[in-house]
Amino acid sequence: MTLTTEPPAETTTTELLHFSDVAMTFPNGTTALSGVDLTVKKGEFVTVVGPSGCGKSTLLRIASGLTPATAGETNVATKRIGYVFQDATLLPWRTVQANVELLAELNGIPKKKRVAEAAKAIELVGLAGFEKQLPRTLSGGMRMRASLARSLTLDPELFLFDEPFGALDEITRERLNDELIKLFTEQQFAGLFITHSVSEAVYLSTRVVVMSGRPGKIVETFDVPFAYPRDPEIRFTPEFAELAGEVSHALRKGHS
Amino acid sequence: MTTTAPPTGPVATNPKIRTMSRASDMPKRRGGRFPSWVPPVIVFIVILAIWYFVSYVLLDPARSFLVPAPHVIIEEAFLDPKVLGDIMGALGRSAGVALTGLAIAIVIGFVWAVAMSQARWIERSLFPYAVILQCIPILALVPLIGFWFGFDFPARVIVCVMISLFPIVSNTLFGLQSVDKGQRELFQLQKASRWTVLQKLEFPAALPAIFAGMRISAGLAVVGAIVGDFFFRRGEPGLGSLISNYQSRVQGPELFAAIIVASLFGVVVFLVFGWLGKLAVGRWYDYSK
Repeated sequence: MTLTTEPPAETTTTELLHFSDVAMTFPNGTTALSGVDLTVKKGEFVTVVGPSGCGKSTLLRIASGLTPATAGETNVATKRIGYVFQDATLLPWRTVQANVELLAELNGIPKKKRVAEAAKAIELVGLAGFEKQLPRTLSGGMRMRASLARSLTLDPELFLFDEPFGALDEITRERLNDELIKLFTEQQFAGLFITHSVSEAVYLSTRVVVMSGRPGKIVETFDVPFAYPRDPEIRFTPEFAELAGEVSHALRKGHS
Repeated sequence: MTTTAPPTGPVATNPKIRTMSRASDMPKRRGGRFPSWVPPVIVFIVILAIWYFVSYVLLDPARSFLVPAPHVIIEEAFLDPKVLGDIMGALGRSAGVALTGLAIAIVIGFVWAVAMSQARWIERSLFPYAVILQCIPILALVPLIGFWFGFDFPARVIVCVMISLFPIVSNTLFGLQSVDKGQRELFQLQKASRWTVLQKLEFPAALPAIFAGMRISAGLAVVGAIVGDFFFRRGEPGLGSLISNYQSRVQGPELFAAIIVASLFGVVVFLVFGWLGKLAVGRWYDYSK
């Protein structure tokens, strides 16, 4: 593969997440994951693509501690973990402001501090002016922004994304991809992002990991050479197309 | 304009209807051609007409006291200060019983449901008894309750509680358990305690269901107050005793008046709880969903 630009500048060696030979077998006997080795360091944005039901989401659940793996070793080097779900999972009775404050509230952060932190996060995701609105009055994209803001208040070192933009339309998704890249470059978290979309994966990440169908295994890994912040136009360059093509091939191979 | 093509009706000619598509703007089943109060009024008039027909045409004049005509009920019962006084006094006492019973049922039902929501084994041990309570023929139990608790206020309240408990228990439990999985995990990730989850997630999420249950129970509590009173005749009469008295003395108009007041009371309580529910959760929850 040809490197057209330099890899991202911040490639420190701090490992925030490390999977070693991780496997997951559900009580009913289905094996969702087997032999997964994966490391995410500070300054990295790793995206996992794979067919439906290959255990991509399970990987995130293991990383976050929601579900323990049944084998292997999982090391998470930070307590500040952001988790963005497929749905915005906002509480419908709370305003945007109160929703964004929720995680800080659950962690016992005093009112004054969490109000300020929420305001900052709302500003960052471009929802300023919508603080007093209820989720039902927001569009899908805005709900997702609120959900992102909610996780940002934790100032996460490791940010887990479970297909957050899967339900959004193409334009909204692309815009949120750009915002996410901006957040990534500004906030310096390590990202682990699950998606179905190859182009989203290549566009967002420093590294794309391709998984096979069930039981999910990592079949191939691609380093993405484009510098941050990324120009939306790179999606239309031959280099981008070539890399996306390779990822698609790997995906197809793993699927059969 | 032709009337043979319904899709090109008022909806198509008024594009505004289409563009305003909030979740609350559910498609109306039929377009309202009249103001909303007109159809019920028409039904009311029809009912009155049937009533008069039964009273004057169907029934022999000697037996018309069985279904006295509406104006007779008004003249002989509602406009008679003595009768109206009796009925209103009885209504006050029955309302006291119903509301006390309902309040107790809400507290017990809520605690019961919360306990069941905390562990599967508690639910499995306690839910069958909620169902049994619901299935007991209350009329068969009322005399027993009288023997055990006397024939006064407490016994009447107990009948109310028994009859109105189940909707609170089942609705609250359903509400607490209907919380979205993602929202639960959100709390789980922050290592929120059970109490926090209950207080900040489950309870608010359950409020719409709780209010729906309270509305049903409110109507039942009114029925309970009257049924209890019907059997327990000690002390000043409530609506049940009054109905029973009028019945035994064959006072048709008075009997009907008492029944009408009892029904209206039930309707008012139902409406008040509907309104309270809207006030509490209408901001974010759409009951018409």
